[in-house]
Amino acid sequence: MKMQTIFEKSVPGRRTTGLAPEPAQHRASDLVPGELTRSEAVRLPECSELDVVRHFTQLAKLNYSVDANFYPLGSCTMKYNPKVTEVVAAMPGFNKVHPLLARIGNGQGCQGSMHCLYVLERSLCAITGMEAFTLQPMAGANGEFTGVSIIAAYHRAKGRDRRIMLIPDAAHGTNPASAAMAGFTVVELPSRDGMVDPEAVKAAMEKYGENIAGLMMTCPNTLGLMEVHLREVAALLHSIDALVYYDGANMNAILGKMRVGDVGFDVVHLNLHKTFATPHGGGGPGAGPVGVCERLIPFLPSPRITRKADGSYEFLPDNPESIGHVGPFYGSFGVLLKALAYILRLGGEGLERVAEYAVLNANYLRAKLKDVLDEPYDRICMHEFVASAPAGLKALDIAKGLLELGFHAPTMYFPLLVHECLMPEPTETESMQTLDAFSDAVHAIVARAKEDPDYLAEAPRGLPVSRLDETEAARKMHLTEDM
Amino acid sequence: MSNPADLKYSKSHEWVRVEGGEAVVGITTFAQEALGDITYVEAPAVDDEVEAGAECGSIESVKAASDLISPVSGRVVAVNSELESAPEIINQDPYGKGWIYRVATDALPDDLLDAAAYEAVCAQESH
Amino acid sequence: MPYIPHTQAERDHMLATVGVQSLDDLFADITADMRPQSFLASRGLPEQEVIALCEELANRNQSVLSFLGAGYYDHGIPAAVDALAGQSAFLTAYTPYQAECSQGTLQAIFEFQTAVARLMELDCANASLYDCGTALFEASTMCVRAARKRKIVLDEGVNPVWRNMLHTYAANLPMEFVLVPHRDGRPDKEALIAAIDKDTAGVVVQNPNFFGVVCDYADVFAAAKKVKAFSVVAVNPVLQAVLKTPGAMGADIAVAEGQSLGLPLNFGGPYLGLMACTKALIRQMPGRLVGRTHDKEGRTGYVLTLQAREQHIRRAKATSNICSNQNACALRSLIYLSLMGPQGLRDVAENSMEMAHYAARTLTAGIEGTQLLNEAPFGNEVALSLPVSADLVVQRCLAKHKVVPGYPVGRTYAGLDKVLLVACTEKNTIGQVGILLDAMQDVIADILQEEALHG
Repeated sequence: MKMQTIFEKSVPGRRTTGLAPEPAQHRASDLVPGELTRSEAVRLPECSELDVVRHFTQLAKLNYSVDANFYPLGSCTMKYNPKVTEVVAAMPGFNKVHPLLARIGNGQGCQGSMHCLYVLERSLCAITGMEAFTLQPMAGANGEFTGVSIIAAYHRAKGRDRRIMLIPDAAHGTNPASAAMAGFTVVELPSRDGMVDPEAVKAAMEKYGENIAGLMMTCPNTLGLMEVHLREVAALLHSIDALVYYDGANMNAILGKMRVGDVGFDVVHLNLHKTFATPHGGGGPGAGPVGVCERLIPFLPSPRITRKADGSYEFLPDNPESIGHVGPFYGSFGVLLKALAYILRLGGEGLERVAEYAVLNANYLRAKLKDVLDEPYDRICMHEFVASAPAGLKALDIAKGLLELGFHAPTMYFPLLVHECLMPEPTETESMQTLDAFSDAVHAIVARAKEDPDYLAEAPRGLPVSRLDETEAARKMHLTEDM
Repeated sequence: MSNPADLKYSKSHEWVRVEGGEAVVGITTFAQEALGDITYVEAPAVDDEVEAGAECGSIESVKAASDLISPVSGRVVAVNSELESAPEIINQDPYGKGWIYRVATDALPDDLLDAAAYEAVCAQESH
Repeated sequence: MPYIPHTQAERDHMLATVGVQSLDDLFADITADMRPQSFLASRGLPEQEVIALCEELANRNQSVLSFLGAGYYDHGIPAAVDALAGQSAFLTAYTPYQAECSQGTLQAIFEFQTAVARLMELDCANASLYDCGTALFEASTMCVRAARKRKIVLDEGVNPVWRNMLHTYAANLPMEFVLVPHRDGRPDKEALIAAIDKDTAGVVVQNPNFFGVVCDYADVFAAAKKVKAFSVVAVNPVLQAVLKTPGAMGADIAVAEGQSLGLPLNFGGPYLGLMACTKALIRQMPGRLVGRTHDKEGRTGYVLTLQAREQHIRRAKATSNICSNQNACALRSLIYLSLMGPQGLRDVAENSMEMAHYAARTLTAGIEGTQLLNEAPFGNEVALSLPVSADLVVQRCLAKHKVVPGYPVGRTYAGLDKVLLVACTEKNTIGQVGILLDAMQDVIADILQEEALHG
């Protein structure tokens, strides 16, 4: 049966009264001149409350989700999102507060919320070894933009015009895109053995010298490998006062095992929706706090929060050296609260266990799949690993075969360096039985596909739709009901 | 590979055909096959000045985007408007109906390749 | 170990399968000199203690009667919004890269795009941006790219929070902003038109503007079109139920802060950036787009589309770096709009406007020396000129009466220290406006008395 859209379910004149107020005594055209008003009513759905409830309940059934399916999407850290964090974030005492209340008087109206912000900032400092954090960035990429803008501001304050940002070839696409938004020219660093290669850094330094503003690194890197030349690479860049940026996408692997601030990183962003278990929401909202070392504190976004001698909190006046405002207020508070609740629940020891079991699960799955997928880096991995589809099979087909069996597919075709790449990240919250079942599924799919080459071409079967025509979508551009 | 012998080619996979005082530009079979189903062509506009070796547009498919690098310099005198609604023409007939734009020009740059040299470039890239 | 299911036996079996002795062996690549000297010291808490602690903190926030708005409004949220958007099949899914198992999210985004485009009367909308400030920045870069020019004419009546963000985001880019001052809170349309010249890539205004003033910018947008510049308007999405639309005014791009559509104020986020534009600008759009298509059996389905604009394909040349957007917030707003329908949204808008007009009449009549800042038409928010410092009035009202009468405009506009911006929604009552009047009368009398005493 075709799933109609909510607009197709609309019946003229139908509505649920009592959700909106009774009609006002004045029409808009009594309150402002008629020519400033809209000529036609908005064509929104006209539905009963039950129509709407049923529609969105049915839509939800068409999704895979962490709560229903194993979701080993590499680089995304699809761990279980504890329900207690939702309870905390829904507390009316938190979510009814207007952000500008903090600017009234000495912020006495919202000290509870300000306390939460302060504690989360200090916790993230303790976890990463950075000196200070801003919670303002609204997603990972937004954190990247904030971080590289801080790098730009640092060099500008020193009277330099440095234009080059070094980025490894295996980096997430957001890294070069963020660097470009902050005005940098991106120079790609070739990897060696899947690692950032100090020789490549030296070569870039010879070529671009003091025009290099910094280097953006992900660690463990996008192949799931620990970068073994970290200190050497950081020292090289620091020798010309270039800064080293840490992309925290893969932070889940190193909680409690290494603090990025201790090993030479100057700027770091974290993805609270990955490492700190806030739900991904089908694509946001996330949160991408940015931490810095001491000499970069003046450049953090305004306003900064501080704890006064009497234990109360206030926002400091805007700092003239600050890069300014990357978000409207103090960050995505509702998301920040969930991360805080998660950190409170786990404590330092619990977070260290997260890294241990995330890495154990990834290595266990890697060992289980070694005989069926090609693993280009045959060594201990961190929280995720890369594998290639066996000869004759496509990563895409294996992915679709997994969907058919009730598993979300791993990340595919990233990084581009790996042929027919699949990148599973199981996370620490999955049990051995789930990993075994996933491994069995991959084995079954590959065995069947070798016997019957056409079998995978038709996958996935039994889902709401089979493979969709993406070319038609891009050519016809049917982006709304009216296009 | 069937790259017409009467055309000149760039290393970035564009072709040029000289017709009178004008040069016609398109992309090669190698390029359109690498992109897959083409979904959109961003061509230069009539009267734009394009420069050999400089980006002047882009070609998109579902999963990729490729810059269009002009193989010749000069003023654009015509653009293939059929590609707006049917970009797949490039997949179907890259050297004919799939032409992208025409430039008024007196001379082609020296570094353009003949079909044999271009095929050597493609062979190397396929590795 | 919270949320880690492994038994000891399983752990040992798994370690053996991997071929290592201990968990720590897995971290051999992190050498001893790189291990932390200290780490987060706090101990984990049982679930009930986390809840109790957070409840105590939530209760430390004061319960106040607030007329704060300034772009962010306390509208009612139907119970079904929380219930439906909170379904874990929506909440715990990732970005819908695997379309076959993400049709719920994808169809919802398609419906959201439709609703936003219809609200604005423009051709299409994207899947959301972080907030209105980032949406305004992205809209400005669209103008700069499409017009191949650098100059953006920016009205001073655009929310100062968003203007600040524009400057932060554009700091290292080849963009230049020309600020056109307001006149007593009204847009100076003649000056806007005069500022638009052949170098202009775009003009950016807000309706209603920060001061609540409602205006028709069709002539400004027409002036922009004449010099091949693009027009951007930030709107209030609730009032858009009744106000002249961006499309009708001839705007190329409309953006909005979507918080009013079913999102709690939440002390600053997560919020929701809406963006709609004309068909001609689709490929300049940042962020995700969902398109309708078919599978091999001819069934209708939805996919992420036009991805060649995005960072994962075009990297440094992408239209934006945005990856995660505000999907769960966009879903809330779609559910909100579906529950309200055209009539409900209109009722919310008109009640909010009506209450703001009532408050304006009540306060100007009831407090001597208080008047409207200007005579221009306004929506659900109004700028009042007080006899004393608005900042002081607001501070005193909070401290003494637990009432926040609005936003003191002098915080962000020089010379307007006595101007107060009062916002109303359909939730406000005549009784609450009475409490506001009493509180303001009381503290203004106090302040005037002190001023008289101290000369």
